[in-house]
Amino acid sequence: MMLSKSNSVNKLFLKYLQTKANNKCCFTSTNTDSLKKTSLNQLHKDLGGKMVEFCGWEMPVMYKTGVLKEHLHCRTNSSLFDVSHMAQLKIHGKDRIKFFESLVVADLEALPKGSSKLSVFTNDKGGIIDDTMITNQGDCLYVVVNAGCAEKDIAHIQSKLKQFKEKSGASDVHMEILGEQSLIAIQGPKTEEILQKLLGKSSSVDLGKMEFMTQLPMNISGIPCIVTRCGYTGEDGFEISVHSNQAQKLAEILLSCTTPKEQGILPAGLGARDSLRLEAGLCLYGHDLNEDITPIEGTLAWLIGKRRREQGGFPGANIILPQIKDGVSKKRVGVLIQGPPAREGTQIIDPITKQPIGNVTSGTLSPMTKDSISMAYVPTSLSKVGTPLTLLIRDKEVQGTVTKMPFVATNYKKI
Amino acid sequence: MLSRTILRSINQSRSLYSIRCYSTGSNIRFTKEHEWIRLDQDVGTVGITDHAQKELGDIVYVDLPKVGATFKKSSAVATVESTKAASDIYSPVSGIIVDVNKDLESAPELINEGPLDKGWIFKLKLTDKSEFDTLLSKADYDKIAENH
Repeated sequence: MMLSKSNSVNKLFLKYLQTKANNKCCFTSTNTDSLKKTSLNQLHKDLGGKMVEFCGWEMPVMYKTGVLKEHLHCRTNSSLFDVSHMAQLKIHGKDRIKFFESLVVADLEALPKGSSKLSVFTNDKGGIIDDTMITNQGDCLYVVVNAGCAEKDIAHIQSKLKQFKEKSGASDVHMEILGEQSLIAIQGPKTEEILQKLLGKSSSVDLGKMEFMTQLPMNISGIPCIVTRCGYTGEDGFEISVHSNQAQKLAEILLSCTTPKEQGILPAGLGARDSLRLEAGLCLYGHDLNEDITPIEGTLAWLIGKRRREQGGFPGANIILPQIKDGVSKKRVGVLIQGPPAREGTQIIDPITKQPIGNVTSGTLSPMTKDSISMAYVPTSLSKVGTPLTLLIRDKEVQGTVTKMPFVATNYKKI
Repeated sequence: MLSRTILRSINQSRSLYSIRCYSTGSNIRFTKEHEWIRLDQDVGTVGITDHAQKELGDIVYVDLPKVGATFKKSSAVATVESTKAASDIYSPVSGIIVDVNKDLESAPELINEGPLDKGWIFKLKLTDKSEFDTLLSKADYDKIAENH
């Protein structure tokens, strides 16, 4: 067995997490001094986090108990993830909706105040520049983008902003980068109960009535926070935006708020975050989505509302909209294998000609079902649920089946 | 009843003794690729070291060789997959596979729990016993692992 320095083992794993499109920013440096650090950096180290480089940030890939236990704890209790490496932005001004609709496929006009929506930035070829979460805060749009894409996204928004002002004459719009805000996700079935207790009896917030994909300002043990009910695990949960100088205090409160501790919130790293999102059938940008994949190929047509389908007006609409009607030649599917995990890059071959016909974009062994689960792109003719597929894993042919996603039932809040 | 209990305790202490003996005794050797091999007559039992399982983290899948297959020294015999990545297991010596640890198919975590005993991966009959003597002693392997 080849085991190089412990860092390289992590690198191997992280290569799998890393954004292909962002090779420039990921894993080029081994000098941790040059890495960006979140406000929870010291806390991760104190908690025994195994720190690795991720898209220019020093982040915990796991803690002492390991990825599997962290994963299962999130499915049964509640887990804390530091997601401060993602960039938080605000789009201000009365022309903000018109401007942002010229970048993303979402119907933002129809997005009620206090509601959030998953969307994608598209390019002129119809490919996906990044996925993003957009919230209508009433007086502005609150936008969260991926760490690995942040630099590129911000430059893209700035350049589009310039064009927008020149072209439309509409000038009342500008972008604010929330550089002083941290982002902490708490996820899992016990999260609502734990957070409600922390809010205290005097709080006017009733989490039982807070819908999934909505946002509220909250005061958590005296710390002002903006809380969105959303996540990346398939579980119910919240993402908490908090001022960086209060972030560590908040994390410590969250991690120490229940007895016995085993039933409360425990920290989880990037490893568990990846296996959780994959079980939930959620895409990882740079792997399952990239600038050469359209939302239709990525089976994300549901992100494009009726009005946007009729009116277009987002980059690449001339390519994306006809695809809704006429179909696409390849599609993202879930693949279930009784056997070894099919990692990213695993070829899918024609069982007779042995020619490659598709490939796996992420894969792991599901900690919940113990099945080998993957996302892959295959020809549309082979994308129906139940279709048998042949995969080439370490030169061995392995049989898989196209499967409906999520692989593990999601547990989002329903009212 | 009493005699049975005594017998059991003797058996237990004997097996404990033998594990200790296997773990540190001179019939166990190591490779710099982090495999161990324990020789019993002409059959070697192979697994990965405690250092290796710690580095890999949770083992989630093991691809075992077929009984009867022959392998040359240093060829890839099995694969262990952790939550991180897949790693090949190389045969420390040349031989023919005589047994594999089927328990790992349903419980790959045995490698994490007991890398030197219940997490053994395969047994092979050595074709050239002198190959065993060229492998690393525990002390030499520990030095390599330390420098990792």
